[in-house]
Amino acid sequence: MSSIPSGPRPKYLTVGRIGMYCFILVCALFFLMPLYVMVITSLKDMDEIRAANILNLPKELSFYSWPKAWSQACTGFVCEGLKPGFFNSIKITVPSVIVSVGLSAINGYALAFWRFKGAYFFFGLCMFGAFIPYQVMVYPLLKIEDALGIYSTLPGIILVHTIFGMPILTLIFRNFYVSLPIDLFKAARIDGGNFIKIFLYVIIPMSAPITIVAVILQVTGIWNDFLLGLVFAGRDNQPMTVQLNNIVQVDYGVAEYNVDMSATILTSLVPLFVYFISGRWFVRGIAAGAIKG
Amino acid sequence: MPLFRNIASIIALLPMIIISLTVFVGCIIYSFVYSLTNSKLIPVTNFVGFDQYERLFKQRKWDVAVENIFIYGFVFTIGCLIIGFLLAVLIDQKIRGESLFRTIFLYPYAMSFVVTGLVWKWVLNPTFGLENSMHMWGFSWFELDWLVNRDLAIYAVCIAAVWQGAGFVMVLMLAGLRGIDEDIWKSLSIEGVAKWKSYLFVILPMLRPMVVTAIVLIAAGVVKVYDLILALTSGGPGYATTTPAMYVMENFFSRANLGQAFAASIIMFISVVCILAPWAFYEFYLRNKYAAN
Repeated sequence: MSSIPSGPRPKYLTVGRIGMYCFILVCALFFLMPLYVMVITSLKDMDEIRAANILNLPKELSFYSWPKAWSQACTGFVCEGLKPGFFNSIKITVPSVIVSVGLSAINGYALAFWRFKGAYFFFGLCMFGAFIPYQVMVYPLLKIEDALGIYSTLPGIILVHTIFGMPILTLIFRNFYVSLPIDLFKAARIDGGNFIKIFLYVIIPMSAPITIVAVILQVTGIWNDFLLGLVFAGRDNQPMTVQLNNIVQVDYGVAEYNVDMSATILTSLVPLFVYFISGRWFVRGIAAGAIKG
Repeated sequence: MPLFRNIASIIALLPMIIISLTVFVGCIIYSFVYSLTNSKLIPVTNFVGFDQYERLFKQRKWDVAVENIFIYGFVFTIGCLIIGFLLAVLIDQKIRGESLFRTIFLYPYAMSFVVTGLVWKWVLNPTFGLENSMHMWGFSWFELDWLVNRDLAIYAVCIAAVWQGAGFVMVLMLAGLRGIDEDIWKSLSIEGVAKWKSYLFVILPMLRPMVVTAIVLIAAGVVKVYDLILALTSGGPGYATTTPAMYVMENFFSRANLGQAFAASIIMFISVVCILAPWAFYEFYLRNKYAAN
């Protein structure tokens, strides 16, 4: 606690303030260290990794681990690298995001403006679903999908992501729509707008900010998902996270840490990219996702 | 015709209603019913009462899993709260490079659990990791063999998890700190209250809703922890870092012991309800009651 300065807010550097900067820098180094280690390890060759300090910069840059992680690294008997996983993740993420965001926007709109008796009961039930551990639901859900004939298929995993994304997305859309001026809606009603027309011509044009938040939340969430992809995607659609784990955790052969780290970076590129370009929006997504009253 | 006035809205919410009933409610009932059977490879309706639960509580592995989840839950929650709050306070001091620091502290949150686990697995590698670095720098006494140490491996999981999640708490707390009225700060400084005292005894209690929300969100996530541990330790050494979620998944998908898995998953579910129920009661019932008065 001594690092926090006491007294009125200083306008100049005091000992306390210098201490504070030192502390925050140490924290920053701790947070950056794994990223740093990841990047430099991926740029070393295996001899150097075995011989040298994990924190040292590479003596000479070697880039061979990157293409190897991308297209040659082995999972079991298949040596295709992460490439198939990357495209599978895109195949899963894009439709899942579109379907879940679209559906949740309609849900939020209906809940905010067209309440009917019992609507909030089901909404509460749905919110409750956000907290149930996946483990309770995976097996029965697998049975349901099996009965529908979509288990281990692309539509199957998209449905699963839509289901599990719905509670939180519906909540943030509802909260956003409730905060819109109700007079707008009333005016549209008087002008003869019905459920669909008001949604299309009044609500959607105003939904850009919350839609961005929802899309960011879903893209990172679905891209980073492991468990659902593992269970529901099936062998042909394994997402990148599952393949990454398979590549790194192979039981035999010599571990190639540089390839592992390249693969790890490749897998986190998409969410990191989303994070770095979206910044403020990402933070808003977190704040919106944190259920407040 | 009041029932049909909102027919469009009802139709729009039909997917949500169906999903809530079949997936969120239906799956729990399904899991509970089959937890009372002696299903092995496939679900059968051969009821054996609470035998599966009895057997579950006798399993040494389950004991370890429960113990781990308590250690992990405690250390992770406390760690995230302390570090998150501290970082939020530091960033709130009108420091230089505020947005840079915020970006650094939050970026791990954009990474998946699998990536987090694999990176820390490499950093904490007993042969090439940080321990080796310290030895190379001459600190030969330094020991960091957590990943291969039965008693300490779970704390390695905690470190990785705090690294990933502390930024999330920071964002929540920072939002709270920024919402504090400037007048409170003025009156505190007129009273001559030391700054760290103000934060600890005045501001922190004012942030109680944020803290409670953070705790509930973190705690609900704790019960689910699966991919992080799978990537970092695979539950090892031995089964020293196994968790209830891993126990369930193992019994579902590799040990073909469905009854056990269902019973364990129901216990997981009940523990989540125990965490959520008091909070939900407070948030949605008591608060509305007071708001109404």
